[in-house]
Amino acid sequence: MTNVKSYSEKVLEHFKNPHNYGKMKNPSAIGEVGNIVCGDVMYLYIKVGKNSKQKEIIKDIKFETYGCAAAIATSSVITDLVKGKSIDEALKINKDNVIKSLEGLPPIKIHCSLLAVDALKEAIYNFLVKEKRSIPEELLSVHEKNKKEREFVEDKHSNWVEAEKEKV
Amino acid sequence: MIKASKKIYLDYASTTPTDPKVLGAMLPYFSNKFGNTVSFHKRGADAMEAVENAREVVARFINAKPSEIIFTSSATESNNLALKGIAWANAFKGKHIIISSIEHDCVLNAAGWLKTQGFEITELPVDKKGFVLLKDLKNSIRKDTILVSIIHGNNEIGTIQDIRAIGKICRKNNIYFHTDAAQSFGKIPIDVIKDYIDLLTASSHKIYGPLGAALLYKRSGVPITPLLHGGGHEQNLRSSTVNLPAVIGFAKAVEICSKNKMETEKLTKLRDKLIRGIIKKIPDTKLNGDPKQRLQNNVNITFSFVEGESLLLELNMAGIYVSTGSACSSNSLSPSHVLMALGKNPEDAHGSIRFSLGRPTKESDIDYVLLVLPQIVKRLRKLSPFRKNNRV
Repeated sequence: MTNVKSYSEKVLEHFKNPHNYGKMKNPSAIGEVGNIVCGDVMYLYIKVGKNSKQKEIIKDIKFETYGCAAAIATSSVITDLVKGKSIDEALKINKDNVIKSLEGLPPIKIHCSLLAVDALKEAIYNFLVKEKRSIPEELLSVHEKNKKEREFVEDKHSNWVEAEKEKV
Repeated sequence: MIKASKKIYLDYASTTPTDPKVLGAMLPYFSNKFGNTVSFHKRGADAMEAVENAREVVARFINAKPSEIIFTSSATESNNLALKGIAWANAFKGKHIIISSIEHDCVLNAAGWLKTQGFEITELPVDKKGFVLLKDLKNSIRKDTILVSIIHGNNEIGTIQDIRAIGKICRKNNIYFHTDAAQSFGKIPIDVIKDYIDLLTASSHKIYGPLGAALLYKRSGVPITPLLHGGGHEQNLRSSTVNLPAVIGFAKAVEICSKNKMETEKLTKLRDKLIRGIIKKIPDTKLNGDPKQRLQNNVNITFSFVEGESLLLELNMAGIYVSTGSACSSNSLSPSHVLMALGKNPEDAHGSIRFSLGRPTKESDIDYVLLVLPQIVKRLRKLSPFRKNNRV
């Protein structure tokens, strides 16, 4: 069980004043993960461009999240971690970086940090596909996993929807 | 961000503060009136007398005989005693038990455990407002049905079942009828004879009595097997030294309820003000349960596009203490079983909040909630990808 004392000050801070939230106009790519059936959905928007040194970086990043305080805080903190990083650097961000930046998460909420990382990877995957670039092996497997999870939950959801229809 | 200068508790369905008069009645039983009800000496005899007086008070409240009241430690224990007790004592007659799909976890899980012991459980569906349909009940009764257990006032959505009609059907079919009245006892008049009730669960800490006291009403002649074997207390049905102060407090709380006729009217008015206010001030909100046949203190609202725990945390920061039925836990594909049973979709079930009012609730508390809540929902919806007209 979590309660209001389960969260670190940092989580509460990000929950109260989240960074980089809202929809992005003309993003380079979007990563959509999670499912509303489970109660957590994250959209990460990235804009890729060149910095003053002509290096390709993630210039801007925004999130939209439906979920608990941990889901909102992990979304917010991952935008901080990613902004200004190159694609390669961004791909190195893992759940432990997210958890550490939030000064910890309750064990039951660890999946939220995974979700944020998955959203980022999904956005980068979509960017690479759009740009017709080669996709690292690891990214491909993350994408397949995300896809499978989505299908699994949507399948569950549709079973449920069908069952409801029959009831009426 | 709203500064939390106030503290408003709207979670009385979880637990209530002990009424000072109840506490006053209890205190001597911790000190100069302490005693074990089964002792031979005067101290024990006095304790026994006090418990028997308490038993008479709570029995009268539901038109039962004192001998039909078994004191327990919690509604969970009473519900377990009812289900397992009936199952074990009547297994020779049959192994089929009927419950509803919106029972409290303790009934659901006790029934689930009985399933592992060879009993068959039928879970009756409910309609969109949470009512069990009598035709469903009739259709599910079998020759080997031994017990029907249906919750009286639902703890999440407040829907009140027509227990009299349910009881009548059970009695006609010679099936024992148990109702979990943990939320309704003390709020809605109950008459175990007129309502054809064989077993009923009620709890002390929901009605401004102490924690640690509850009861199971068991009509005379209904056979049950005890959960706790020992010194033979409570007519050999619930061995354990009787929790004297808690039982005394429970009876005092019941006595206060029976004299407090105005409370229903006051709470109903405040409840409806809160419901109307939320629906009017916040778009995309829905009331869960029935607007009329509902517990006088229960408000359960779905806030579309936002998740329940976020709302709870924000409300907590604003000094408003409420609950959600939805469990946001890892790998959880399971929003509240009660809301899902109403045919809600998972997103609506995840975004539902229960406000439960109580004796100390003032109109100004409701006004404060109605002032703060719209801003909170608005902020969280800004973060949500599901807000209206958001898709590209």
